[in-house]
Amino acid sequence: MKYTKENYQKVVDEFTPKNKKLKNFVLAYIFGGGICLLGEIIKNIYVSVLNVPSDEASVMSSVTLVALSALLTGLGVYDDLGKYGGAGTVVPITGFANSVVSPALEYKREGYILGTAANIFKLAGPVLLFGYFASFIAGILSLIF
Amino acid sequence: MNYLMSFIIGGILCAIGQIFIDTFKKNNAYLLVMYVVSGVFLGFIGVYDKIVEIGYSGATVPLLGFGNTLAKGAIEQAAEKGFMGALSGGVMKTAPGVAAALIFGYLAAVIFNPKSK
Repeated sequence: MKYTKENYQKVVDEFTPKNKKLKNFVLAYIFGGGICLLGEIIKNIYVSVLNVPSDEASVMSSVTLVALSALLTGLGVYDDLGKYGGAGTVVPITGFANSVVSPALEYKREGYILGTAANIFKLAGPVLLFGYFASFIAGILSLIF
Repeated sequence: MNYLMSFIIGGILCAIGQIFIDTFKKNNAYLLVMYVVSGVFLGFIGVYDKIVEIGYSGATVPLLGFGNTLAKGAIEQAAEKGFMGALSGGVMKTAPGVAAALIFGYLAAVIFNPKSK
């Protein structure tokens, strides 16, 4: 049979084992939960060792996770984790950092400004755009009501 | 207890994302956009702070928490400065994470080379 754009997905679904979704679900849960757990551990280190207030420690923990994810993406490790973790590695803030570094690396051969720098928000740009847009609407609505 | 709840709540939020991917088979960018906007909405109606009280980092680390921070920043600043606050509040409050992603991301991209496939 011929594979067209329309029926390709159907064919893929037919050959995809039914329990694969359950496996993906469990893996996403473990990876995502694990990353959040790591964030909580880092936060507690900042609170107990550096005596940072809880709110600030939360921000510092996020920044640390972002830096860690940038490093692991650079080393090519994060994308390997992503093959198993699925959404568990996408949804946390580390996934956002990964979406910044991946295109930046990929377009490196086109130069440091027009390649790396220009493409750094290729995936994260939409996220920031819609996030900022929605927060503006939330702010305006809070003024009205 | 904080650790356990971070794992449980964080895991649930990520697993919901996995169901979204498996069901709609969309690019990850759709998932991230949906999560941020949902986070702003849940933050705006005041639900997300309750999830943070239960889930600690399990609620703040997923991108929903980023959306929640955006909404809170915009609402706080709007109360103080009106229109200009609504415009800048979300950006201000999330600036550390975004700046970190840009700066560390650029450094990582300059230092390392893409893995050959």
